[in-house]
Amino acid sequence: MSQKLFIKNGTLANGTKADISISDGVITSIATLPSAPDGAQVIDAKDCIILPGLVDLHTHLREPGKESAETVLSGSAAAAKGGYVAVSAMANTSPVADNASVVEHVYRLGQKAGLVDVFPVGAVTQGLAGENLADIGAMANSEARVRVFSDDGNCVSDALVMRHALEYVKGFDGVIAQHAQEPRLTHGAQMNEGIVSSQLGLKGWPAIAEEAIIARDILLADFLQARLHICHVTTAGGVEIIRWAKARGIAVTAEVTPHHLLLTDESARSYDAVYKVNPPLRTEKDVMALREGLAEGIIDIVATDHAPHATESKECEWQEASFGMLGLETALPIVNLTMVQTGLMNWEQVAARMSSAPAKIGRYENHGQEIAVGAKGHITVINPTATHRVDRDLVVSRSRNTPFHGLELPGVIMATVFGGKLTYEGNK
Amino acid sequence: MMRHLLSISDLTKSDALSILNTAETLARASDGPMKKLPTLRGRTIVNLFAEDSTRTRISFEAAAKRLSADVINFSAKGSSLSKGESLKDTAQTLQAMGADAVIIRHNASGAAHTLAKGQWMSGSVINAGDGTHEHPSQALLDAFTIRKHCARGNEDLSGLRIAIVGDILHSRVARSNVALLTMLGAQVVLVAPPTLLPIGVASWPAEVSYDFDSVIGEVDAVIMLRIQIERMTEMYLPNAREYSRFFGLDKDRLSTMRTNAIVMHPGPMNRGLEISAESADSARSVIVEQVKNGVSVRMAILYLLLAGTQELEI
Repeated sequence: MSQKLFIKNGTLANGTKADISISDGVITSIATLPSAPDGAQVIDAKDCIILPGLVDLHTHLREPGKESAETVLSGSAAAAKGGYVAVSAMANTSPVADNASVVEHVYRLGQKAGLVDVFPVGAVTQGLAGENLADIGAMANSEARVRVFSDDGNCVSDALVMRHALEYVKGFDGVIAQHAQEPRLTHGAQMNEGIVSSQLGLKGWPAIAEEAIIARDILLADFLQARLHICHVTTAGGVEIIRWAKARGIAVTAEVTPHHLLLTDESARSYDAVYKVNPPLRTEKDVMALREGLAEGIIDIVATDHAPHATESKECEWQEASFGMLGLETALPIVNLTMVQTGLMNWEQVAARMSSAPAKIGRYENHGQEIAVGAKGHITVINPTATHRVDRDLVVSRSRNTPFHGLELPGVIMATVFGGKLTYEGNK
Repeated sequence: MMRHLLSISDLTKSDALSILNTAETLARASDGPMKKLPTLRGRTIVNLFAEDSTRTRISFEAAAKRLSADVINFSAKGSSLSKGESLKDTAQTLQAMGADAVIIRHNASGAAHTLAKGQWMSGSVINAGDGTHEHPSQALLDAFTIRKHCARGNEDLSGLRIAIVGDILHSRVARSNVALLTMLGAQVVLVAPPTLLPIGVASWPAEVSYDFDSVIGEVDAVIMLRIQIERMTEMYLPNAREYSRFFGLDKDRLSTMRTNAIVMHPGPMNRGLEISAESADSARSVIVEQVKNGVSVRMAILYLLLAGTQELEI
């Protein structure tokens, strides 16, 4: 039984008014129609922007291993609530997704949940240990068709391992997504190294520990003519280095998280570990550089780094707490707040940074397509002027570690359509 | 007066002076025939020490007992905290036992804040040293000692110049002292090799010098910090010899100090490393007196936090 949907009175990212008809999972019309097609469920998108369904390139779903914090199903539901139709499940699960059976398991759990496409990210090295390459080819060849490889959580810090990983994935057009963190410069690090860390007595994580790896890997990618993706860029210096690389035509892409577009290390003054994240929150200057870099396209995409953690991992001393924040359910409103309402980006750019560009980097077929007749029915409807207050007790994720609790955010997701199926409907 | 003492920034200048003045009154009482005051009779004070520190613990214990409070020591070894019990569970346990105040020493920066802000217990929280963050009662006893010896008839420390020498980066004593001594009007100069100063120190209200010799002759007090042997293996310093040569307070440096300048150390000392025996035992040294003053200052803190407006009867 196929669902017919009719999204009426909406506005496309380019400003055109449109009614969207979807049938059999495909967009069948974008012309304004006098009435809904027979048998179609109607979604009123008055005052709303209609975007191609969002794609997240950086998601921690915690299954297998930490189902108390999140599962593929709960993470998929959180994604749908946030307007996402595809997520990329990071490899740092237990067991690690460093072989075909784990990535296929996660892929199938995603299919079974049926709320978004779950694309597993494969580990670069066995056990994320940074020493020997994981079963990269087998994962690429598996049912999960892995194209993105990352040791995220850990940096592939050994230059030779990184060189071979970048080279090896060229064989099937893969990409290495690097968590850029020089480990020797960040041993025991707790927060950004600067004025605030000096006062709080928390061990510093210097910006240069990120920038040194970004610079090295860009040079490697250039030399090897390979594809490199930089996860969660947080520093003004990182943006500068990537700008230089892009000007030279090096195949590097980069992401920024919503939290790094809004929050700074000043939050740590509360010693509330909900603000503890890796890489850490930086300074106002970095936030501004990241926003500019994203607007310019130096940073290609917004990725959530959605990192659920059980309450006890955050309700403790800062240095004992886990790193990470929830992101899926609030990403689009944060981008609206920091990038659209500030006049730095329009909605077409939002569609590029949150849908088409991440789909292209991940080689996710049938995602990130422009809204047009014949395209897959992946759609996100947001009312950009309506507001909502974030409440950690009302999140869909199994965890509640959102740093935005209590914040009034502009933008309410009204509907998410995944493959022609309504996976989330917001309050009227 | 506030409910907790977590960091010096919880205090106004008048709060700080009130602690010092109260400590003076209490010190006079302690020198009298009746050491013990009835002020906190029936109150329960817990010493929650998740990190070893005999000196600070017994100083708080003595202070609480002289005010007639009941003291429970809850120390790291064999305690639930070392078995992985959460701070939250410990706090709730202490609440259930009716603790009126918890004095916490912890290796994690911010642990006292977490305990106070967690809403797990209703008593006062006193920070007795949290990681590399703050140690407010140490700074208050240092200020008390400096005022006693150096303040030229002033109630505060205005016009005084004080050097803090050593591992500023990892020192909670330095952080609290910079905040308190400058609040009380003193100029503070931090003396350390660049590796032992935090990135961001330029934002602190203190001068920085890498050259102890150029500073030692121009200060009214010098606070020598303990240097941990680990700093050598962690490559902050080449070796202990070199540290001692450039940043130790030896006999030669001692001889260049101003006439009435004093030598301080929060203890425990590494004799022969950051301070020579001659300096530690010299007439300028007030190190033993600091310990005595610590009890008076901690009595004042407990009194002001717990007895509040109650009249001090001596």
